[in-house]
Amino acid sequence: MYVEMKDICKTFDGFQASDHVSFGIEKGQMAALLGPSGSGKTTILRMIAGLDRPDFGDIRINGIRVNDLPGNKRGIGFVFQNYALFRYMTVADNIGFGLEVQKKSKAEIKTRVEELLELISMEDLGKRYPHQLSGGQRQRVAFARALAPDPGLLLLDEPFAAIDAKVRRELRNWLRDMIERVGITSIFVTHDQEEAMEVANQVIIINQGKIEQIGTPDEICFHPKTDFVAEFIETERFSGKGR
Amino acid sequence: MEQQIVKVKNKKGVRVIPGFGLSMGVTLAMLGCFILIPLASIFISASKMSFQEFTEVVTSRQVMSGYLVSFSCAFLAALINGVFGLILAWVLVRYEFPGKRIMDGMIELPFALPTAVAGISLTFLYSDQGWIGAAFDKIGISIAYTRIGITIAMVFVGIPFVVRSVQPVLEKLDRQYEEAAMMLGAGRTRTFFKVILPELFPALLAGFGLAFARGIGEYGSVVFIAGNIPFKTQIAPLLIMSKLEQYKYSDATAIALALLLVSFLLMLFINSLQIYMQKFSKA
Ligand SMILES: Nc1ncnc2c1ncn2[C@@H]1O[C@H](COP(=O)(O)OP(=O)(O)OP(=O)(O)O)[C@@H](O)[C@H]1O
Ligand SMILES: [Mg+2]
Repeated sequence: MYVEMKDICKTFDGFQASDHVSFGIEKGQMAALLGPSGSGKTTILRMIAGLDRPDFGDIRINGIRVNDLPGNKRGIGFVFQNYALFRYMTVADNIGFGLEVQKKSKAEIKTRVEELLELISMEDLGKRYPHQLSGGQRQRVAFARALAPDPGLLLLDEPFAAIDAKVRRELRNWLRDMIERVGITSIFVTHDQEEAMEVANQVIIINQGKIEQIGTPDEICFHPKTDFVAEFIETERFSGKGR
Repeated sequence: MEQQIVKVKNKKGVRVIPGFGLSMGVTLAMLGCFILIPLASIFISASKMSFQEFTEVVTSRQVMSGYLVSFSCAFLAALINGVFGLILAWVLVRYEFPGKRIMDGMIELPFALPTAVAGISLTFLYSDQGWIGAAFDKIGISIAYTRIGITIAMVFVGIPFVVRSVQPVLEKLDRQYEEAAMMLGAGRTRTFFKVILPELFPALLAGFGLAFARGIGEYGSVVFIAGNIPFKTQIAPLLIMSKLEQYKYSDATAIALALLLVSFLLMLFINSLQIYMQKFSKA
């Protein structure tokens, strides 16, 4: 899916959370929205998903304006920061939820769920409930659940924030490989520059609701366009090492 | 969660919150004075009867029909309260509208009103000549002095329990569950029944249980509208009252004891179901 944001503005009670944001993401790309806390990353992701409405500007998916299309009709997968797994459903039912919505047959759902459980290497855990899983396992279930209905675009809000540093690096590589294997266009939010540089092939740097720079990890690292970017990369490089 | 931590620590003998001994003592004293001793006195006075006498009183036709009226009407009223209490709580939590605070404050009025006052005004409203009763009378439904009337009175006294049980849970419910369902393509109806309702179910069950129990024990607001027609609209608490008025104290306690046992079993069942549901809430 090709995603395009054009001149997007969004205010919350007078506070400008998105300020004339424009960018495009090509099909099959893995883009990172990188910026400090409160810079408006989640806001952008939520507007693409249809969970929030922009005050101004166009959101286009495959060239079609989707501003007025509700989120459940956009065909987008979303992985929430704390996963938002349904507590009263088993892992298998969580993954199958989006398929049930599509009124797929029981047999079809079963095969697809098994396929996804295998993809996330959790074949034997389909009958467990979310509270019986580790943080990393929950994240993988959330990922599988979002992928199940075969969305054209995958959005991930700080997918590794709730996971401790050691598992994080592992999971990060796993996620990148998974997304490459599935071949899905994806955008993920992070405030960790190392994570963005390592996983994404396109990085969008945001500060105070405005885009500072868009480019490949190399371009951002070696040719920062603004002082903010240069400084952000610098300081993050020092403070981010230990993670 | 916090309670669990406290419990674990207590087993090891390390107390996070000081004053456990004192507070436990106060708790037991309160429980003893206000709940256990009065209840025990019922057992003691009932035990003066032989078992045969007891069963004779409890299974007499009048008493059995009283139980049936009380339990069936209270159950129906609690069900109605479950549905409407949930809707009321939903509106109070999820929407902003003028007069919301006032509406919120009105929920407790059935508690504040002396039950007899409620009973008399309900009877006045729903009798064949009352504002609402007259309208229903035209289409051939009489409300006052029937089980419908009893149920309405029980709905009236029970509604705050459901609203106040569900409201805080709904307030704390993370919107992300709904948003996750939406992103998976679900519409509002599916999201409500598959995602929100299971989250609210334990609280709803608690409210249902409280409303049910209140309906079974309710006297003041029900007797007037019930009309107390033998074998038709006599509720169990009324039978107890009339036995007391006839100075048949042991008969009265026998009826009360059976009522108490059944109610206790029902509450036990509802609470166990709730505890079972709560094990999911850890995630
Ligand atoms: N619903 C809302 N109501 C009011 N203000 C909001 C709302 N959502 C976001 N904001 C404000 O908009 C700004 C951007 O928020 P956003 O959540 O997009 O930041 P973020 O970049 O995702 O930050 P973080 O890394 O901390 O998650 C913040 O200052 C926040 O306070
Ligand atoms: Mg955020």
